[in-house]
Amino acid sequence: MKGYFLTRILSLVPVLLIVSVFVFFLIHLTPGDPASVILGPQATPEEVEQLREQMGLNLPLYQQFFEWFTGILRGDLGWSISQNKSVINAFFEHLGPTLSLAVLAQGISIVLAIPMGIIAAKKRGTKIDQSVMVVAMLGLAIPSFLLGLLLMQLFGIKLQWLPVAGYEPLSSGLWEHLKHMIMPAMALGVIQTAVIVRMTRSSMLDVLSTNYIKTAYAKGLKERIIYYKHALRNASIAIITVLGETFGSLIAGAVVTETVFNLPGIGQLVMNSILRRDYEVIQGTILLAVVSYLAVNLVVDMLYGVIDPRVRMSRKG
Amino acid sequence: MGVNVPIENRDILQTKTQLKKERFRLFVRRFLNNRLALIGSSIMIFLLLFVSFSLLFMNSSPLEIDPANRLHAPSSEHWFGTDTFGRDLFSRVVHGGFVSLAVGFSATIITAIIGMIIGLYASYYKFLDHILMRICDGLLAFPDVLLAIAITAVLGPRPINVVIAITVVKIPTMARIVRSSALVIKEQTYIEALKAQGASSWRTLWMHIAPNTLSPYIVQITNVFASAIILEAGLSFLGAGVPAPEPSWGNILYDGKVVIFNAWWMTFFPGVFIVLSVLGLNLFGDGLRDLLDPHTNKANK
Repeated sequence: MKGYFLTRILSLVPVLLIVSVFVFFLIHLTPGDPASVILGPQATPEEVEQLREQMGLNLPLYQQFFEWFTGILRGDLGWSISQNKSVINAFFEHLGPTLSLAVLAQGISIVLAIPMGIIAAKKRGTKIDQSVMVVAMLGLAIPSFLLGLLLMQLFGIKLQWLPVAGYEPLSSGLWEHLKHMIMPAMALGVIQTAVIVRMTRSSMLDVLSTNYIKTAYAKGLKERIIYYKHALRNASIAIITVLGETFGSLIAGAVVTETVFNLPGIGQLVMNSILRRDYEVIQGTILLAVVSYLAVNLVVDMLYGVIDPRVRMSRKG
Repeated sequence: MGVNVPIENRDILQTKTQLKKERFRLFVRRFLNNRLALIGSSIMIFLLLFVSFSLLFMNSSPLEIDPANRLHAPSSEHWFGTDTFGRDLFSRVVHGGFVSLAVGFSATIITAIIGMIIGLYASYYKFLDHILMRICDGLLAFPDVLLAIAITAVLGPRPINVVIAITVVKIPTMARIVRSSALVIKEQTYIEALKAQGASSWRTLWMHIAPNTLSPYIVQITNVFASAIILEAGLSFLGAGVPAPEPSWGNILYDGKVVIFNAWWMTFFPGVFIVLSVLGLNLFGDGLRDLLDPHTNKANK
């Protein structure tokens, strides 16, 4: 078990290396000089040269990369020039809304999708099954930002049940926080829901046709116990895989959804940094987003062992 | 008895063409019986015809500004209403549709070609496999919109750069799908036989392995097209995609967000078109998967 996790963690090293090389060169091969962009058109060549020296832009590229990379290993992702604070601080200041949004969206999708998927599998081929699948198909076709705009129009403007946009941190009360988060989380959660419904349904159907479920029926177990205890546990491996894999698109979707609702999250940080050409922030933020995505997938891998004894046993050997 | 063409050979040729025709007819029948593929392709054909006919027969320009008629609700004169500058929204949605579909389509084609090349060669040469798949792992670790935003931010918001961004984001999955089916085929006896006969690697790869990877490949192409449309809309919505005043479904939505309090039509109409095209492509892809792959067909029934 320990050996497995160790190799799993070690296998992330080349991925992270490639990601950091990619992020670094993507930003540094940009046409245009960051120093002259930051200083504006009025700056004298001497000033630009001084800033270039200060930012280390005159060093050869591989040396710049080496300095940046050793910085990362020390936990130093660079300095945000536009905000005058370290990139790590800027990232964590904006993490709250994004994290809250992603967790709420994931929560909504799990609560909605798993029962819907199970019911669809149970009533397979009926009107109920078909309508669940049609809804899921529609959910997959609506981009989260579009759904966000439509929800905003309905609940924010027409019915005026919820604030149209804006953000209240958790510290100003749970209800205040939720009031602002519910629409964005719905918008983001619907696609997730659609994906999980389809996955739940198909893996439940797979499991329900196996022999041990027939045995369970034969020995007279209650249907509820068969579905929720025996079938769901086996189907959940596929479902959890999807949860982990879609976490990346959840973060990405959150970035776009945030800008719809003016939430001061990671998305806003990235977009503002792009406008101000604050490249160190873009680099650092993307790198941290990738790291958190890889970390979630690592956790998902570890969860397999907890849920499925077969995985646990085979990894011991 | 004729001397030049032996009768047995002619029969075989005839039967062959006959069989080909029959197989095609069977495919058409199965296609028509497959509701998903049928609905999906009808939606796509409807959209294409709608956009191209409107482009041909429309007289209002998507860029013509008419400040006197700002933000008019849909009427018989302006079917979809007018936007903040009094431009005709119908014309903008149609032109934007052309731009969005063209960007999505070109990104899909490039992704398909490069993905096929990478996937095939990675499956065939162990050495390349290690390098290419590690790069794919790296690219797959990026949240897709974030990577696309970073690329367009660096290259500048232009349609061609949106195509590049979508391509970079979508190639890894494409390559992986081709690679995984090519790996299975590579182990088949007939590939071994080809090698024994001295077939070149180019011939083995492109004439014998590639055609057998086609069914998952084609299904993936429809998926890539659908997500390319969503990505383009997202990027343009964020201002990192197709730049104003050129319309695209995404940047019309961006304009719509600004006036969301008093102009519902600005978000509604482009939205409907995005949903329709993605829905059509998804349905078409699902239907094709059932048609091309007998295994999933059984699983779904």
